[in-house]
Amino acid sequence: MDVLKKVPVREQDPKVRATNFDEVCLGYNIEEAKEEASRCLKCKNPKCVDGCPVSIDIPGFIKEVEAGNIEEAAKVIGQYSALPAVCGRVCPQETQCEQRCIRGIKGEAVSIGKLERFVADWSRENNIKPEPPKETNGKKVAVIGSGPAGLTCAGDLAKLGYEVTIFEALHEPGGVLVYGIPEFRLPKETVVKTEIDNVKALGVKIETNVVIGKSTTIDELMEEEGFQAVFIGSGAGLPKFMGIPGENANGVFSANEYLTRNNLMKAFDENYDTPIAKGKKVAVVGGGNVAMDAARTALRLGAQVYIIYRRSESELPARVEEVHHAKEEGVIFKLLTNPKEILVDEKGWVKGMKCVEMELGEPDASGRRKPVEKPDSEFEIELDTVIMSLGTSPNPLISSTTTGLETDKRRCIVADEKNGQTSKEGVFAGGDAVTGAATVILAMGAGKAAAKGIHEYLSNK
Amino acid sequence: MYKIVKKETLAPNIYLMDIEAPRVAKSCYPGQFVIVKMDEKGERIPLTICDYNRDLGTVTIVFQTLGTSTKRMAEYEVGDSYRDFSGPLGCKSELVDESDEELRKKHILFVAGGVGTAPVYPQVKMMKERGIDVDCVIGARNKDLIILEDEMKKVAKNVYVATDDGSYGMKGNVNDCIKDLVQNQGKQYDLVIAIGPVIMMKFVCILTKELGIKTIVSMNPIMVDGTGMCGACRLTVGNEVKFACVDGPEFDGHLVDFDESMKRQQMYKTEEGRAALKEKEGDTHKNGGCGCSDK
Ligand SMILES: Cc1cc2nc3c(=O)[nH]c(=O)nc-3n(C[C@H](O)[C@H](O)[C@H](O)COP(=O)(O)OP(=O)(O)OC[C@H]3O[C@@H](n4cnc5c(N)ncnc54)[C@H](O)[C@@H]3O)c2cc1C
Ligand SMILES: Cc1cc2nc3c(=O)[nH]c(=O)nc-3n(C[C@H](O)[C@H](O)[C@H](O)COP(=O)(O)OP(=O)(O)OC[C@H]3O[C@@H](n4cnc5c(N)ncnc54)[C@H](O)[C@@H]3O)c2cc1C
Ligand code: SF4
Ligand code: SF4
Ligand code: FES
Ligand SMILES: [Mg+2]
Repeated sequence: MDVLKKVPVREQDPKVRATNFDEVCLGYNIEEAKEEASRCLKCKNPKCVDGCPVSIDIPGFIKEVEAGNIEEAAKVIGQYSALPAVCGRVCPQETQCEQRCIRGIKGEAVSIGKLERFVADWSRENNIKPEPPKETNGKKVAVIGSGPAGLTCAGDLAKLGYEVTIFEALHEPGGVLVYGIPEFRLPKETVVKTEIDNVKALGVKIETNVVIGKSTTIDELMEEEGFQAVFIGSGAGLPKFMGIPGENANGVFSANEYLTRNNLMKAFDENYDTPIAKGKKVAVVGGGNVAMDAARTALRLGAQVYIIYRRSESELPARVEEVHHAKEEGVIFKLLTNPKEILVDEKGWVKGMKCVEMELGEPDASGRRKPVEKPDSEFEIELDTVIMSLGTSPNPLISSTTTGLETDKRRCIVADEKNGQTSKEGVFAGGDAVTGAATVILAMGAGKAAAKGIHEYLSNK
Repeated sequence: MYKIVKKETLAPNIYLMDIEAPRVAKSCYPGQFVIVKMDEKGERIPLTICDYNRDLGTVTIVFQTLGTSTKRMAEYEVGDSYRDFSGPLGCKSELVDESDEELRKKHILFVAGGVGTAPVYPQVKMMKERGIDVDCVIGARNKDLIILEDEMKKVAKNVYVATDDGSYGMKGNVNDCIKDLVQNQGKQYDLVIAIGPVIMMKFVCILTKELGIKTIVSMNPIMVDGTGMCGACRLTVGNEVKFACVDGPEFDGHLVDFDESMKRQQMYKTEEGRAALKEKEGDTHKNGGCGCSDK
């Protein structure tokens, strides 16, 4: 074994997986996990922990893996994270825990994410369930949204004895974990559902089909239904469009629509009623994780797929692993390219896209080199489907129906990072609703901080 | 689960159901809609709220069977339950928040096309409850497809019926009826609320623009989540892109790009054709529409 290298993880062959929705990464088995765990130096001053937004005791759990005490390892992780099977899969480890790992200086960092995933999967397979608290303290807390922020906040509060109800607008809990991130990266039945069941096992109630701001309001929850505190974890689900001609043509989708039809509504499965326009030649505009997910979904539905991104490869905001997987599967990257117009046929369907080539100019305020159009470089591509993946912002439904809740210019809810406290007494918030579109682990971290904040608030009341 | 407590057949292929959904019943208003998902494999189907009973906690829906989903919905009977029933969604009708005094000053005409009579009904009923007289035109292709006429007569001052084939009421479409009221019967209106097939709303708006009468329409684009998350329901209103599920579904009809909206409604025709439309084309319009299709 080469201690400078990660123990390789088994994956489905790119040619095979490009035609199915099964998980791409197969994960470690116990021997591989123990071997990888042995690469960890169990540092006294572990830098990796500083890189983890919820400060998991990484050497602590890895030590248990190496010794083969997986149940112990799960207990260590469980003190910090409610969704290890999810984070082990979708955390951008290369810029967080693994980026700081000491092993990374000379060779490759320890595969912290894959080990975390292993521990979580093992616990699930061996039916390790969290224990519900012995008694509740009778205090009711409402949690809005069942994404990672809401689930984490609810789980932590339930452990502290609160009676927690999650209100979810959609018919299925999980937030982006169920409607956005595809099956081939995050299996729904096995992984996501189990993590949600674990939260329920702690005594948390989940009421689906309740749209706060419409079905009822935060003020009503507090005044009429007896909730003493509320956590808002409603995410940032509102999609952006470019505002270019042709964008309302048939065959132009937001990534959210395309992914929701396929993930939440299971359009890829013939037995489900919801249709999806599959497309034969698809362009995905954007370069983030969401764009990669949309592109790889379209590919699996049988299309030839382009990623259209206006900067160069090194600026792609998506995780390196995702870009790598997309390329392996056959997604074609058209970088330094920007759409100008969507071309529409006489029946109102997409027939192509007019694009322009870009080059990188001076760095802008964010330090990234700003793309500028190359003169006379317009060209057209033939297409039948365009998926816009330009980012999302928080939905104003809640902020516009709650008295005294402050938001900023980007419509994000203003909340204290330390405890989630908003401008309204008893109301806390965290996750994408506060930060704008970010990551699962940051949302989880915010849910945790708010649970603590709520506990302090209600203990002193 | 949301239990069906009443089911009636209003016309061939048009069904009325009362569904137990206390949270929706408690907070809904005319103009809003719900999303029904029958079972695990079902689509999310948007349907306008046609009535509600806050005490009993029930919400009334009226739907026409067009394609796979609505046909499957019609197979459910009293005592059965739908898996999901989410709402109320969308904005309430503008009339809800206007004062009685303001409303009394206005002469309001409701125009209902085909199954669109159902969403018109709660608005007219609300006007009656607030002591405001309004007129209502109901149009359909033939007599069999006129629904809720008796109910409407109880709440509107005057109800005028028009059928394409002249089998009942005036022979002609809703526009012929509006013209007759305004040009021959000396009626004056300052506000029209038209709900029906998109093509009907388009032609009503062309007419009311000529007549100089402000017109509100209720749009029904293809939807998925109904909460502003997917953008499937976008349409152009006065050169701005709006999401019908959160900004609407009611809009100023003189600003709506109806042609674009009609094209977008066709989006999944070919996709579902794969499965169900092989049997019979589910055309929103020709199946008991308002009568404007031939124009
Ligand atoms: C396609 C895609 C891929 C991604 N990939 C990654 C990745 O690989 N790694 C990573 O770390 N992050 C990824 N992200 C980002 C990550 O998923 C989000 O940052 C995270 O889910 C935010 O969590 P949250 O709990 O704040 O909100 P969400 O997960 O958005 O959950 C919010 C929930 O609140 C509900 N809600 C909203 N409004 C209301 C209301 N009014 N009433 C009731 N309920 C309401 C919503 O329906 C939703 O279920 C991805 C995002 C997308 C869209
Ligand atoms: C806000 C709103 C309120 C509505 N209210 C009513 C109502 O009160 N009564 C009623 O009978 N119908 C109503 N509709 C239309 C109803 O949702 C569609 O008829 C139904 O979804 C068709 O489903 P299907 O599978 O049976 O037919 P399909 O064969 O799938 O489609 C037939 C036609 O219905 C439309 N449609 C299909 N899927 C959707 C979808 N997901 N969302 C919206 N439209 C779709 C399309 O125009 C399509 O061409 C409303 C739609 C909206 C958006
Ligand atoms: S939660 Fe994410 S950042 Fe923290 S250790 Fe796990 S993979 Fe790394
Ligand atoms: S920094 Fe790397 S080697 Fe050190 S404890 Fe963390 S994972 Fe192990
Ligand atoms: S239906 Fe998805 S945004 Fe309106
Ligand atoms: Mg359908």
